[in-house]
Amino acid sequence: MNKDIEIGIEHVTRVEGHGNIVLNVKKGKIEKVQWQISEAPRFFEAMLRGRNYYELRTITSRICGICSIGHSLASLKATEDALNVSISEQTGILRRLAINGENMQSHILHVGYLALPDLLDVKSVFPLVGSKHNDSLLKVVKLHRLSNEMSDLICGRTTHPITLVVGGFSSIPSKKQLLKLKKNLEEGLETVKQLAQVIHSVIDKLPNFKRETEYIGLTSKKEYAFYDGDIASTDTGIFQKYKDYKEIMKEYFVPQSTALHAKHNRDSYMVGALARYNLNSEQLHKEAKNTADLLNLKPICYNPYMNNIAQLVEFVHNIEDSIIQIDKLIKNGIKDEKPADVKIKQGRGVGIIEVPRGILVHDYTLNEKGKCTKANCIIPTNQNHANIQKDMEALVPGILNETKEKIELTLEMLVRAYDPCISCSTHYLNVKFV
Amino acid sequence: MKPRVAFFDFSSCEGCQLQIADLEEEILDLIEIVDVVSFREVMKEHSDEYDIAIVEGSIMRPMDEHRLRKIRSRAKTLIALGACATIGGVNKIRNQWPTEEVIKEVYKDADIKDNEFFNVYPTKAVNEVVPVDYYIHGCPITRDEFKKVITALALGKKPEIPNYPVCVECKKNENVCLFELGKFCLGPITRAGCGAICPSKGSPCDGCRGILSKPDVECVMELLERYDLTYEEMKSRCMMYNTESFNPKDGMTIVRRGRK
Repeated sequence: MNKDIEIGIEHVTRVEGHGNIVLNVKKGKIEKVQWQISEAPRFFEAMLRGRNYYELRTITSRICGICSIGHSLASLKATEDALNVSISEQTGILRRLAINGENMQSHILHVGYLALPDLLDVKSVFPLVGSKHNDSLLKVVKLHRLSNEMSDLICGRTTHPITLVVGGFSSIPSKKQLLKLKKNLEEGLETVKQLAQVIHSVIDKLPNFKRETEYIGLTSKKEYAFYDGDIASTDTGIFQKYKDYKEIMKEYFVPQSTALHAKHNRDSYMVGALARYNLNSEQLHKEAKNTADLLNLKPICYNPYMNNIAQLVEFVHNIEDSIIQIDKLIKNGIKDEKPADVKIKQGRGVGIIEVPRGILVHDYTLNEKGKCTKANCIIPTNQNHANIQKDMEALVPGILNETKEKIELTLEMLVRAYDPCISCSTHYLNVKFV
Repeated sequence: MKPRVAFFDFSSCEGCQLQIADLEEEILDLIEIVDVVSFREVMKEHSDEYDIAIVEGSIMRPMDEHRLRKIRSRAKTLIALGACATIGGVNKIRNQWPTEEVIKEVYKDADIKDNEFFNVYPTKAVNEVVPVDYYIHGCPITRDEFKKVITALALGKKPEIPNYPVCVECKKNENVCLFELGKFCLGPITRAGCGAICPSKGSPCDGCRGILSKPDVECVMELLERYDLTYEEMKSRCMMYNTESFNPKDGMTIVRRGRK
C-alpha cells in the first residue's frame, strides 16, 4: 500500500468530447483525484440572442451530434411553451417515436460500440471483426442501423433532424413506411434479447462498486417518462413547478472544468438511464422488465457501472413502446397535418425532456417580435460531472492495490459508464457560485 | 501500403465523426482500403504516424491551434470535416460580438484568468490556421460524400466537390420550390452535394455547405424582388452558417454587390 501512482489520462477515449482523469498517489496516500473537462466552451446561449423563434431549434440541435433530436425537442417544447402553441395528438405520438429512435441509437452506440470492448477485453470494436464475437458485433450493427433508420424516417435525419419544427412536423411518414418500420422493430426486439444473453455472459466484468447518491429524472403517471412529466428525485419526490427547475438543478463553477457541475439535495446527483430506471422501473414494458431481471438490475441500484445495463433495458423498452405508438398512429389514421399556427408574443418558455444521458432543460425568453433575448440550457452530462468526481473519490481507495493498468481501466470504465457527452456539457451559460 | 488515416476533433458537436460510425457495415469496406490509426471517439488505440488527417471542429484557442499545427506537420494530406471545420459553422455566430462580451455573458464573474482551457478567441475555420487540402462540407456531412472522398484519395485521385447550387439537386428531386410555399431558402446560393435533403423534407436550406464561390447574384436579386423579400432577411438567414460572408471586408457581400 506504500506505493506511488501517477495517472494522467488526457482525452479519455470512446466517449464523446474531451475529458481527463488525474490521479496522484504518494506513498499510498491519495493527493489528487480529479475528473477534468478540457473541451473548448462554445457559448451557445450567447449565440441565441437576437435569433428568431423558429431558428432556435436549428441552432441548439448543433450542441450535440449524438442527442441532436433531444435538443431539438426540448427547444421546441420551450418555444411552444413561450408562444402558447399546442400540438396535435399525432405530433405528440411522432415526437415520442423520435425520442425512442434517438434513445435507441445513443444507447446501442454506447453499450455496443463504446462499452462492450471493455467487457470483451479489447481496445475498440475493430478487433471484434472476424473474432469469435463477430456475431455479437453484427447484432450491435443491426440494432444501430435500425435505430438510425427509424430516426431518418421520423426526423428526416439522425444527426441534426430536419422535420422537427415549431408546432409539428415539416414532413410526415406514410402508413406504408411506418408498417415497414414496425416489422423491423419486431425483428429488432428478438435481436436485442439475444444480445442481452451475450452481455449476461460477461456481466461479472462490470465492477461491483456502490455509492449511495440521489437520482433525478422526469416521472409521469401515464408512462415511463421521456417526453412529458414532472421533475422527480429519489430523495425529495416530485417537484411540479417546472419553470423553477433551478431550485432542483443548482449549477456551479469549478476551475478544473469548462463544464458546470450541479447538485441538489447532496453533494452530487446522477441523471440518465439508471436514474430513470430507479425512479420509474414499474412502468417499463414487459420485455424490458424481463431484460432487467435477466441482468440482475433492481431498483434502487447504486452501482453507476450498471448504467450500461439500464441503457440496454431502456433500449428494449423503446422498441416495445415504438411498436405501440405506431399501432396508435395506424389506428387513428395518419393525417398529412401542417404544423400548428403560431401567434408571436412576448414570454418565457421552459421545455424539459429526458434524453439518452438524462434530464435536459431549455429555457427561452422571447420578445414581442418573437426573437430570443435570453436562453439557458441545462445539460445532462453537466449534472453528472460532480457525481463522477464523487464516485472516483469513493472508488479509488478500494482499488489502490491493483496494477496501474487495472486502476486506469476501472476509472475509464467509470467515466464511460456515465456515457458522458462532453461537447454538450460545455455549451455553457448562467454560471453561479456556491 | 494502405494510407493511414487519423481523426481529430476540435470545437464541434462531433456529429460528423458520428456519421462515420453510422456507416455501419460499410466501415468494414472502409478499413479494407485505409488503415484507421486514431479515432478517439470510438477507439483507444492511437498512433502519431499517419498520412491523412481528418479534422472536425473549429479552432477557438491557442492550445487548439498548437495541436492543429502539430497534426498538420505530421500529415501529408489534411481534410476539413464538416461545417465547423470547413467554414466555422454555427460556432462563428458569436464572432459578431467581441469575445470579451461573449465570455462576460457566459461566465459572468468566474475567475478564469490564467486558465488555458478558457483562453478563447473568435472562432476560426481550419483553413484560417493551417492549409487544408480537401473539404467535406455539411452540418452534418453526408455519408456518401465522405465515402467518395476517401475512396478517391485511397486510389490516388483528386476528389471532386460540387460547385453548383443546391437548387440543381432539389429540382432533380422534383420538389415544389420552397419560395413558392412562402419560405426563405438558401438553396440558390449554397453549394450542392447534400442531395437537397432539407428542402426535400419541407425545410428551407440553411446554407451549411457554404456559399458558392461564384453565386448567381442576378438570380438572387430576382428572387428577392419576386417574393418581396429584403436584404435584412437574407442577411439574417445567412447569419447561421455564413456569418462572415456578410462581413464587408470579405468581399462576398453578394446582395450589396447586386444592388450596385
